[in-house]
Amino acid sequence: MAAPRKPRLAVIKFASCDGCQLSILDCEDELLAVAGAVEIANFPEASRAVLRGPYDLTLVEGSITTPHDAERIHAVRRDSKVLVSIGACATAGGIQALRNFAEVGSWVPLVYPTPDWIQTLKTSTPISHHVKVDYELQGCPVNKHQLLEVVLAFISGRRPFLPSHAVCMDCKRRGVVCLTVARGEACLGPVTRTGCGALCPSYGRGCFGCFGPLRGSANTGSLSAVLQGHGHSHEELMRLFRTFTCGAEAFRKASELHEHDASESHERP
Amino acid sequence: MQQRPAAATRQSTIERKDLHRLFEVLRARGYTVMGPVARDGAIVWDELSTPDELPAGWTDEQEAGRYRLVRSDGPALFDWTVGPASPKASLHPAAVTLLNARREGPALRLLECVPQPTRLAFFGLRACELAAIAVQDRVLLGGTPTDPVYRARREGALLIAVQCGRAGRTCFCASMGTGPEVRSGHDLVLTELLEDGRHLFVAEAASERGGEILAELPATDTTAAESGAVQAAVARATAGMGRTLETEGLPALLARNPEHPHWDVTAARCLACGNCTSVCPTCFCVTTEDFTDLAAGLSRRVRRWDSCFSVDFTYIHGGNVRSSSRSRYRQWLTHKLGSWHEQFGSSGCVGCGRCITWCPAGIDITEEARALRQDQRGKEGSRGNA
Repeated sequence: MAAPRKPRLAVIKFASCDGCQLSILDCEDELLAVAGAVEIANFPEASRAVLRGPYDLTLVEGSITTPHDAERIHAVRRDSKVLVSIGACATAGGIQALRNFAEVGSWVPLVYPTPDWIQTLKTSTPISHHVKVDYELQGCPVNKHQLLEVVLAFISGRRPFLPSHAVCMDCKRRGVVCLTVARGEACLGPVTRTGCGALCPSYGRGCFGCFGPLRGSANTGSLSAVLQGHGHSHEELMRLFRTFTCGAEAFRKASELHEHDASESHERP
Repeated sequence: MQQRPAAATRQSTIERKDLHRLFEVLRARGYTVMGPVARDGAIVWDELSTPDELPAGWTDEQEAGRYRLVRSDGPALFDWTVGPASPKASLHPAAVTLLNARREGPALRLLECVPQPTRLAFFGLRACELAAIAVQDRVLLGGTPTDPVYRARREGALLIAVQCGRAGRTCFCASMGTGPEVRSGHDLVLTELLEDGRHLFVAEAASERGGEILAELPATDTTAAESGAVQAAVARATAGMGRTLETEGLPALLARNPEHPHWDVTAARCLACGNCTSVCPTCFCVTTEDFTDLAAGLSRRVRRWDSCFSVDFTYIHGGNVRSSSRSRYRQWLTHKLGSWHEQFGSSGCVGCGRCITWCPAGIDITEEARALRQDQRGKEGSRGNA
């Protein structure tokens, strides 16, 4: 009897830094076991041998920022049985979604000597804005344990287990003293989804929100009021919400409110 | 004054300089000593090797959503009220492996992780923390089946209390009938006194084990003046409660008001972050997570603290039962102060104030209960006038 066909894995890149793909290679101890359980059909960061689709599992890194990529993602979707977008770029537009708050046309001549050759979109958008996505894996970069969980769940035919609580609970489980309550520091932990295990707070630095807003219940308005109460300015809070997941709706709206209020307070004498 | 071994049931006085003897006695009996330390800007529980690691010269300032560890004058070791951590982390751990499973050919072999008995001596428990342990005893050991993880840690635990000489701004144990005086659940109770240049601990045993330990310490008979100072310290803490909670008829009041408009007011502030449930010394909910180690062919099931504030807490087929933070906050408060009575025979709240201090948004359980009651009174009043 022939051995069952191994599922075919593809890792496809859009606008991104490749850090999430490197998280796959960073799996070290388990990488060989994964490589043995799937056929790595298309993963240029790992192998020059690129096989054509269709693929059983496609991990998509990066956001959509060019007209070409806006076409290409549809071809990727057609070639993929299960499509998982990985990382802040693929799930929220990434740091490059900062362009969504400005006029891209005004930047291009500052960067490129021949601006006419540049074809780019006005916005950086997540994969889910363009095609149906089966699972989203947040993080900048993604957590390698969560990434393995998705791949292993796929191999064993079960749903991946991706917890949805706030970063705060990881701090409390680890015994990290709350930076906001005990020191008045700005931290996005209460509105940010878990995934990192409270990495930054455990080193005494407030959460940057890399894993994006809590699903359905990110109360950014309340957190903004709290952090203002600790003396943080609108400008500071605008920047806090406007980093790696600035394109996620809850964080985008919060940063726009702070931007508006910051400009009002500048206008006042 | 001549030194003599302390009797089991009387008060005896130990000098601060002899406190290290207590640690030595505990270690000789095989205990790991857990106690308070000042770390990362707060008083937290940690493993101690000497009394010199205790937070000498530290006190705290607490308000809703705000905590500051500050320097105090003098050598006092216990001039603070409870911090974010509690003995819950040692007795009902945040993460524990329940079982490992290995695939062996076509079969799956379960490798159960039997909880290992521990001998922990908690030094510096406050009255509210003893009350919280009693609540968790009822929840985790009171019914059938009991929790083997908690049992293995709890049965070997020695509880040494230190009475509060001051109360914090978010304390309300006096309202809950759990403190500040240490009355039950402990093996040994100490009260720290700083009088006339002397640094003393008045000790009293409350169990046989506690008496045996106390008998090994260098101690003197407690004087009437020292006993009086202990009473005064407790009275000072009682008078200094920063918060009050009226508990009369509270479960019925909460049960009558599931659609009270005040739940919306709170929901607007609630971050649904789960800080309150995590710092609460009685909250006990857990979830299980399975991990697959492909390389080793192992699966591991881990139990972790969960919270009724996380969105997937109530996930059942088809969706989440409590999708709004309004419904989640209402669930937590009505369970803690209301239906807990019916389920476990007491309130789930011990009045420690942790949920008030450590809520980033400063939501105050005593104010929430008061708001529901005030509006209710208003309603009843207008009904009476009609």
